[in-house]
Amino acid sequence: MSAPSDTAAPPIAVKIVISGGFGVGKTTFVGSISEIEPLITEAEMTERSLGLDDTSAVPGKTTTTVALDFGRITLDDTLLLYLFGTPGQDRFSFLWDDLVDGALGAIVLVDTRRIEDSFPAISYFEENEIPFIVGVNRFAGGLRFDLAEVRDALGIDDIVPIVECDARRRESVKDVLVALTEEILIRRSRPHH
Amino acid sequence: MLTGGRTRPGHDGLRVETPLAAVPAALSAPLRFEARRIVELCQRPHSLADLAAALKAPLGVVRVIVGDLLTDGHLRIEEQPDVLSIDLIERIRDRVRAL
Ligand SMILES: Nc1nc2c(ncn2[C@@H]2O[C@H](COP(=O)(O)OP(=O)(O)OP(=O)(O)O)[C@@H](O)[C@H]2O)c(=O)[nH]1
Ligand SMILES: [Mg+2]
Repeated sequence: MSAPSDTAAPPIAVKIVISGGFGVGKTTFVGSISEIEPLITEAEMTERSLGLDDTSAVPGKTTTTVALDFGRITLDDTLLLYLFGTPGQDRFSFLWDDLVDGALGAIVLVDTRRIEDSFPAISYFEENEIPFIVGVNRFAGGLRFDLAEVRDALGIDDIVPIVECDARRRESVKDVLVALTEEILIRRSRPHH
Repeated sequence: MLTGGRTRPGHDGLRVETPLAAVPAALSAPLRFEARRIVELCQRPHSLADLAAALKAPLGVVRVIVGDLLTDGHLRIEEQPDVLSIDLIERIRDRVRAL
């Protein structure tokens, strides 16, 4: 009863999911702000990957491993913020439910050279009613769409915020996370969301 | 329980970020290597994700061992709020801004 872990206020863990298409900057985003090495793994049974991978030469018990972006930020003594990147490859989509379950919200990163790559993430969060905002990464060679054009191309609701993002810059990553919390606060204040 | 109103519960209700703590007696229990490491790490709260990172083991493997430790009463789940309050979300926003 008198152990320190019983008397201290229990820690609260909050989770934000970072998503978007292949190579859009998810790992960079998490790495820019995490206080730990941003990587964990998940393994997939061979049965599941059979027919998807060339595993014919590999005997029975092999597993396929996927790296998951994982970041942790200690906000204060009792408040932890976790960031999880969604795995890109389709055959690991079964992990999405696990990672997204209970999330405060999500950030969908968009590369203006391949806007359509972010459609699956947007549909997923819309369908599961997870609050999300869109972060537009400016890659070299990307056309200078303005944010309204990106919104049109994505076909998302006017109320979903779209912000600029440079996943390599910590300050930019902070701004995007703050924008997501603002969006969640706004949604809370609406009578029905 | 901690499945709460935030979204639907996971397959077994334990989220990857939920803090887990070892009960005081757990350190003296006869536990196998990974289980013992987990109980040691959970002297301070660690989530499944933290444990997977620390053990360099896949999340699913850690989930299975933690499931057994919970069943046997060596670990407990740190209760989380069902719905995050406005105050808490504002606190998150302000802390992130101040990072
Ligand atoms: N210009 C620009 N480059 C970026 C930005 N974010 C990431 N990059 C670069 O884009 C490349 C891919 O970034 P990653 O963070 O690996 O992307 P990812 O989404 O994790 O990629 P996958 O996990 O392979 O889907 C790297 O070379 C980054 O340095 C950005 O905001 N702006
Ligand atoms: Mg990556």
